[in-house]
Amino acid sequence: MHIVVCIKQVPDSSQIRVHPVTNTIMRQGVPAIINPYDLLALEEALRLKDCIAGTTVTVLTMGPPQAEDALRKALSFGADHAILVTDRAFAGADTLATSYAIAAAIRQIEKKEPVDLVFAGKQTIDGDTAQVGPGVAKRLNLNLLTYVSKIASLDLDKREIIIHRRAEGGVQVIQTQIPCLITMLEGSNEMRFASMDNMFRAARHPLQIWNKDAAGIEDPAKIGLKGSPTVVSKVFAPHAKTIKAEQIDVERKTSKEIATAMLSKLFREHPKLHAEIAKLAG
Amino acid sequence: MSEQNQSIPPVKKAAGRKKVELDPRLIAYKGVWVFIEHERGEVHSVSWELLGEGRKLADMLGVELAGVVMAAPGESGARFCQEAGFYGADLCYLIEDPVLSDYRNEPFTKGLTDLVNQYQPEILLLGATTLGRDLAGSVATTLQTGLTADCTGLTIDPENRSLAATRPTFGGSLLCTILTLNYRPQMATVRPRVMPTPIPAPDTHRTMRIIPHTLGMVETDIISKVLQFIPDNTQNKAQLPFADIIVAGGRGLKNADNFKLVWNLAKVLGAEVGASRPVVQAGWVDTDRQVGQSGKTVRPKLYIAAGISGAVQHRVGMEDSDVIIAINNDPNAPIFDFATYGIVGNAMQILPALTEAFRQNLAAARLAS
Ligand SMILES: Cc1cc2nc3c(=O)[nH]c(=O)nc-3n(C[C@H](O)[C@H](O)[C@H](O)COP(=O)(O)OP(=O)(O)OC[C@H]3O[C@@H](n4cnc5c(N)ncnc54)[C@H](O)[C@@H]3O)c2cc1C
Repeated sequence: MHIVVCIKQVPDSSQIRVHPVTNTIMRQGVPAIINPYDLLALEEALRLKDCIAGTTVTVLTMGPPQAEDALRKALSFGADHAILVTDRAFAGADTLATSYAIAAAIRQIEKKEPVDLVFAGKQTIDGDTAQVGPGVAKRLNLNLLTYVSKIASLDLDKREIIIHRRAEGGVQVIQTQIPCLITMLEGSNEMRFASMDNMFRAARHPLQIWNKDAAGIEDPAKIGLKGSPTVVSKVFAPHAKTIKAEQIDVERKTSKEIATAMLSKLFREHPKLHAEIAKLAG
Repeated sequence: MSEQNQSIPPVKKAAGRKKVELDPRLIAYKGVWVFIEHERGEVHSVSWELLGEGRKLADMLGVELAGVVMAAPGESGARFCQEAGFYGADLCYLIEDPVLSDYRNEPFTKGLTDLVNQYQPEILLLGATTLGRDLAGSVATTLQTGLTADCTGLTIDPENRSLAATRPTFGGSLLCTILTLNYRPQMATVRPRVMPTPIPAPDTHRTMRIIPHTLGMVETDIISKVLQFIPDNTQNKAQLPFADIIVAGGRGLKNADNFKLVWNLAKVLGAEVGASRPVVQAGWVDTDRQVGQSGKTVRPKLYIAAGISGAVQHRVGMEDSDVIIAINNDPNAPIFDFATYGIVGNAMQILPALTEAFRQNLAAARLAS
């Protein structure tokens, strides 16, 4: 079986700061990581590789040349092959243009070896749009399975897969045919540790680096900024106005006094809340 | 996978393209649509929230607001259309077909795509639920149009008469406003509870037009089968999005044992319990209690935050609360920048004191009534 896992290198957004005056992202020193949701996809692929002999896992990323680090990391976890699709022409791509390029690259991969499953992250932490996966599936005519919490069975002879997926208000158990594209729900697995062997292999392993031609882009008008229907018209820092909290006086007060002061203030200034709480508390 | 430059300012370029003449083929696209999502006989609240927002957009543009209902026969599709009217829709498109009884990507994508192609709306809004995101991505790709996900604000850009959709980016550190120029429809998803729920007006004199449409698909056309639906156990599940009072705890509580103080206060108040992400990650409470960007968006009347720093990813999920009380031992904690009331102190002492004070106060109120 051949599995392709789509990953993206992202800035670790928990460490991003916004410049207070210029409202721009301060990227200096912010480490680049594999999008955490993509790790779930990769781990699930590696688990299939562990139980189904003869499975190969190819990781694919589109990004700047530095995204090589993300691919090497993926190799160290146990992926077999890595492809970096990189070209200045891709810059400025929104989700539609991104899914076009990734779908083209997967078709290119298929020319060498058919693809049975594609995994993608549920969303990225820097874009959060959660639509590149569905977009790629649509373009490649793959059955789309989003928010998967469990792969219940996979029958390669019948080419049939049964999965559990999160739906509103419950879990759907769905049976469909491979090839399909899967995005994993958070919490459904946890990334393994890289083995020593794989770490050494990852450092030496040759990457395939594809520009737009190698990636099989047929219509250059559909990639990058040109191929993107959406444009960013404005970027700004949220909450320009901050209202400082009104502090309850705690100087030399016991907790009891503080609590009493808090309550009387709360109910004096929000009388309706009192009735509300009384009703809820029953 | 790169939406990178959507979020990092190609601002200058966009500004250069500010005023764009709409492609003549796209002028025919008129009207604002909301996809009405429903499950087990109930419309998802996010759909009403979107109709409230959609109404404003439609009025700004001077066009009609339509709902789209897709359901199996016997799933009260027509009733959902009527209800949509109470929330401001002028008309509804209704597709009823047995294959729509459970959500599956293929038939829903086909139905919605066909409707768009036939009736040509300029704006199409969906809830950013698991269903809405799955569907929106497929529909936008099929229609080759732009989609802005997880928006927190929608308005009309006066320059281009186009949808200006604002969304958080970089984990909420920045907001960006996105336009879809020269592609129609302009699609956006909005997370539940980000927009207020409009008040329904059942006695409206608006006459609801229902436009039926056929799906044109049979079960054998569809590869995916739903074998089973396992409903969530709603009995002891958190109902955070609609809670009136929430008591939430953060990493400042130090351990699971101290977190019980949060439950104690919540119990006295009849409140729901919420948490910041580290608390969920540490396993002190279930995932569905996480408040914030990657958890739930809440808008209670009272939110009590104990030992929560107020990181932007937490803030975006709760800042629309009417009243926020923050308890933190660090006077410089960011949460004090937007809370209504602040108590600088040790949560392990303040929480029990508040619990006791509320208990006494409520007992007195009960006696008095
Ligand atoms: C992509 C992404 C998504 C995220 N999504 C979410 C999300 O949905 N929800 C969320 O909450 N976070 C989210 N986060 C994490 C977020 O960035 C913060 O790390 C998190 O909110 C911090 O949680 P906290 O306030 O409980 O912990 P900390 O930041 O560690 O704060 C603990 C606070 O407790 C105070 N404290 C310590 N001891 C005491 C005491 N004895 N009494 C009173 N106060 C005390 C400290 O002063 C401090 O302010 C996300 C991050 C990323 C990168």
